[in-house]
Amino acid sequence: MIPSAFDYAAPATVAEALDLLAAAGDDVKLLAGGQSLIPVMKLRLADPAMVIDLGRIGELSGVRDDGDALLIGAMTPHHQVATDSLIATHLPLLAKAAATVADPQVRHRGTFGGALVHADPAGDLPAPVLAADATFILAGPAGERRVGAADFFQGYFTTAVADGEILTHIRVPKYTGWGAHYEKFTRVAQQWSIVAVAAMVRVEGGTIAEARIGLTNMASTPVRATAVEQALAGAPMTRDAIAAASVHAAEGTDPASDLNGDAAYRRHLAEVLTRRAVIAAAGL
Amino acid sequence: MTTAEIGRARLRKEDAHLITGRSRYTDNITLPGMLHLAMVRSPFAHAKITAVDVSAAKASPGVVAVLTGADVADEQGNVPNVWPVTADQKAPAFPSIAVDEVAFAGEVVACIVARSAAAARDAVELVDVSYDELPVVMDLEEAFTDTVLAHSSLDSNLSATWVFDSGEAGTGKPIREALDNAEVLIERTFYQQRLIPAFMEPRSIVVDPTSEQITMWTSTQVPHIVRLMLALTLGIPESKVRVIAPDVGGGFGGKLTVTPEEFITLMAARRVGKPCKYTETRSESLQAGHHGRAQVQRLKLSATKEGIVTGLDVNLLADMGAYLGLIGSGIPILGAFMYNAIYKFPAYRLECNNIFTNKAWTGAYRGAGRPEATFAIERMMDELAVELGMDPLELREKNWIKHDEFPFTTVAGLEYDSGNYEAATAKALELFDYDALRAEQARRRETNDTVQLGIGISTFTEMCGLAPSRVLGALSYGAGGWEHAQVRVLPSGNVEVVTGVSPHGQGHETAWSQLVADKLGVPFENVEVLHGDTQVSQRGMDTYGSRSLVVGGMAVLAAADKVIEKAKVVAAHLMEASEEDLEFTDGKFSVKGTDQSTSLGEIALATFAAHNLPDGFEPNLDSDATFDPQNFSYPHGTHLAAIEVDTETGRVSIRKYVCVDDVGVVVNPLIVEGQVHGGLAQGIAQALYEEAVYDEAGTLVTGSFVDYLVPSAPDLPHYTTGRTQTPSTTNQLGVKGVGEAGTIASTPAIVNGVLDAVRHLGVKDIKMPCSPSRVWAALEEAKTTGGVQ
Repeated sequence: MIPSAFDYAAPATVAEALDLLAAAGDDVKLLAGGQSLIPVMKLRLADPAMVIDLGRIGELSGVRDDGDALLIGAMTPHHQVATDSLIATHLPLLAKAAATVADPQVRHRGTFGGALVHADPAGDLPAPVLAADATFILAGPAGERRVGAADFFQGYFTTAVADGEILTHIRVPKYTGWGAHYEKFTRVAQQWSIVAVAAMVRVEGGTIAEARIGLTNMASTPVRATAVEQALAGAPMTRDAIAAASVHAAEGTDPASDLNGDAAYRRHLAEVLTRRAVIAAAGL
Repeated sequence: MTTAEIGRARLRKEDAHLITGRSRYTDNITLPGMLHLAMVRSPFAHAKITAVDVSAAKASPGVVAVLTGADVADEQGNVPNVWPVTADQKAPAFPSIAVDEVAFAGEVVACIVARSAAAARDAVELVDVSYDELPVVMDLEEAFTDTVLAHSSLDSNLSATWVFDSGEAGTGKPIREALDNAEVLIERTFYQQRLIPAFMEPRSIVVDPTSEQITMWTSTQVPHIVRLMLALTLGIPESKVRVIAPDVGGGFGGKLTVTPEEFITLMAARRVGKPCKYTETRSESLQAGHHGRAQVQRLKLSATKEGIVTGLDVNLLADMGAYLGLIGSGIPILGAFMYNAIYKFPAYRLECNNIFTNKAWTGAYRGAGRPEATFAIERMMDELAVELGMDPLELREKNWIKHDEFPFTTVAGLEYDSGNYEAATAKALELFDYDALRAEQARRRETNDTVQLGIGISTFTEMCGLAPSRVLGALSYGAGGWEHAQVRVLPSGNVEVVTGVSPHGQGHETAWSQLVADKLGVPFENVEVLHGDTQVSQRGMDTYGSRSLVVGGMAVLAAADKVIEKAKVVAAHLMEASEEDLEFTDGKFSVKGTDQSTSLGEIALATFAAHNLPDGFEPNLDSDATFDPQNFSYPHGTHLAAIEVDTETGRVSIRKYVCVDDVGVVVNPLIVEGQVHGGLAQGIAQALYEEAVYDEAGTLVTGSFVDYLVPSAPDLPHYTTGRTQTPSTTNQLGVKGVGEAGTIASTPAIVNGVLDAVRHLGVKDIKMPCSPSRVWAALEEAKTTGGVQ
């Protein structure tokens, strides 16, 4: 478990990091929490000539109120996302999803932005962020660029972050008062999601006024369960209505087959887990 | 004599240094001038090696040498197999570094020796090996047909066919008769998936060739066996090799072997004349350490309509993988005597076919043959109960050996010395609340609950405490099963115990101290246990097969008895009494009927001084003893599992797990509890989580812990453990082995429970591991094939 030799730099500011990135050429990797990059380097599945460590850039870490949204620094560790009081109040879905990531060690080292840029389809943060319609703030040689969550995730381990750019913050609209639940299905505790469902519902009286649902590991990117969201909008807050809407969960998905289950099983799980997630989010 | 220590839940002496990080694993050892090894491994499962170009690797910075199979062809010999199960057993040559052909992905084709581990690793990628790929055979049943050969040097994949027939052996009736006259005949095929002994500490080796005697530190269960095999294979006098097993982080059978890497590290060190270290990565450990289980079991069970079993016929295909490791060929045979389990079957036949495939070779894994046997028979008993519409516990009771029938000679020819299946089962039922759970099960079925409840039963025994040497001889095993110990009373009165068994997590230092403290009447703290170094513990057969206490512990007691006899001579002399008038209690010899006494410590000091000893008395209080057991040890128990199956997702949850184990007299309840818990975890892991999966090309898909799912604490239930105590009658303490019991018993308990939960929905069987997707697929299939909705 020894990586190939590489050059290492640990800039103190984003500007410095951008300069280093520009000078490094193609064969460079940005190191956030290192919970994915370091293992693949140790396995020599990646052997960048240079690694730029973002860990010393203080401005990239932390959560702050930004009016109708929260601004989350890309280098904020999962543990902080899971326990931050602003996030608990305004984005409980994110807190719940972050709390399911791997194990406590990983949650203290791994970062919110790092996981999103890694864009593992089985990762637990992309689906909630997609469901919340977050905006990704990228710093680049030409200045700042903003990308919506719907356009950010482009494929397996592929995002809209271009060469020379750094994800600095994620701006997530507040969903204060919404019910939220992250329903994660794994075989053992420390495992990537086989399928998971991120659900938020806004309840008015006995009716589901609005629902936002993101699916983890149901395609090469996180996907919105749009058909379920539409079926739920205005539906009575009953188990039957939720079950009826959840039938549409796998529509438009393209899950993979692997040792944990084939595509048919994943489509079935998407339906069951969507029903359970929405019921939990609605507090039924 | 007091029994203050035996039965006491002593905290382990070993734990303080392990918990506080003062441990010394092999990889912690650094010697002056030490070089580092890295292995170049075949990416192909079967190929001819046409060329190995090491020039670029040799030129790489820090590289000292590169060894290929051709370089060491004259000295490396073959990785040994010491268990020819039949006279005509076939085996391919197994050079440590492949010379002409590789037969599994991960086989070593070259070894880099470099000044740092990083330099060695970098050079691995610079070795250019040319391969001509050959067809691979990965499936065990396909391999048995010989359509593709795992080795081009062999004309068949069949290594050996071993048969036991109770009619021929004279231990029972012929099976044919039983099957022909069966009122009920159950035929089933079970698949024992391939498992990987995922010990926590990867294997590591350090060899120092710089003195007269070569020293090897290795992460092994069997330093004595490694020493002998190094000597025999590499042509070094045994006296010139010292093997040390320092702290060893688990083994589970996976370190009951001698590895290609041990031979390679020694050859490399000898060649460069400097200390060398090799520590495998986890990926290498999973890929190229030996695997376990991997059998196809075809069974036929005949019975009367009343549920009395009349015969059992077993046909095994056992996957040897690409080679015969040290004892891989004999592992299924260790199970051959256990298919009849706790039952009084009148007729029994087993045929075992050992078969080569292009996978990692197989060997011991916790239970080694016995979990496979126990799984098969306990599944069959449930199948018979279903067929007859009988309660599975009632069916078992009809067939098991009654307490008053012991000692009992089984249809497999073993004499079970003791057991009380009634008592263990009664206690388990009490802890489990069987009737209430059956009632709840009925309710859930009636209401078509999405979560169904099943009750899994496993009533088991096993043969452990390996092993009577004569029995091993009859099974063609290449060594005996005795164990050795030394006890030395030092001038201070402290006691040194040297044991031939080699702990790797079991707690021998604690348990042996308890044994000796009671026996010699000295404080627990005053006993020091030495082990794991062939220069300290010169003779031993090491640790596996739940043998340490029942064989090694008895050797310790025998040695302690000899010390008492010696000390008695001195005591009589010092007190001017007759030996017959002395009694030994609480560490003191006293003259009966007087207040005259002398302590073992006083005798030790007097013996050390040697000023006033009987004429001709050798001035020491040391002793040696070698103990060869007369019989195996037969722990048994009843395990009950309440299993919930979420029929929507296929997820299996263990709601309650009750086990009542009878391991005879317990020396340390805490250690026994730990062994039971760990054993259960590994048995449950086979039922629900673990499987080594290869793709069609022969690549290990489960090559990291991302895909090879070892459960951790959150994945396992709380256990309700209980014990009954039926002392063994074949050793002086009445103890039985416990190291493997949990693993052996729990797998069928879980799978029986899963099936009991969903059988009414039309599911007939589910292959292990019973993963959610498999359970769900079985439920779906049952719907389409007309299972009851």
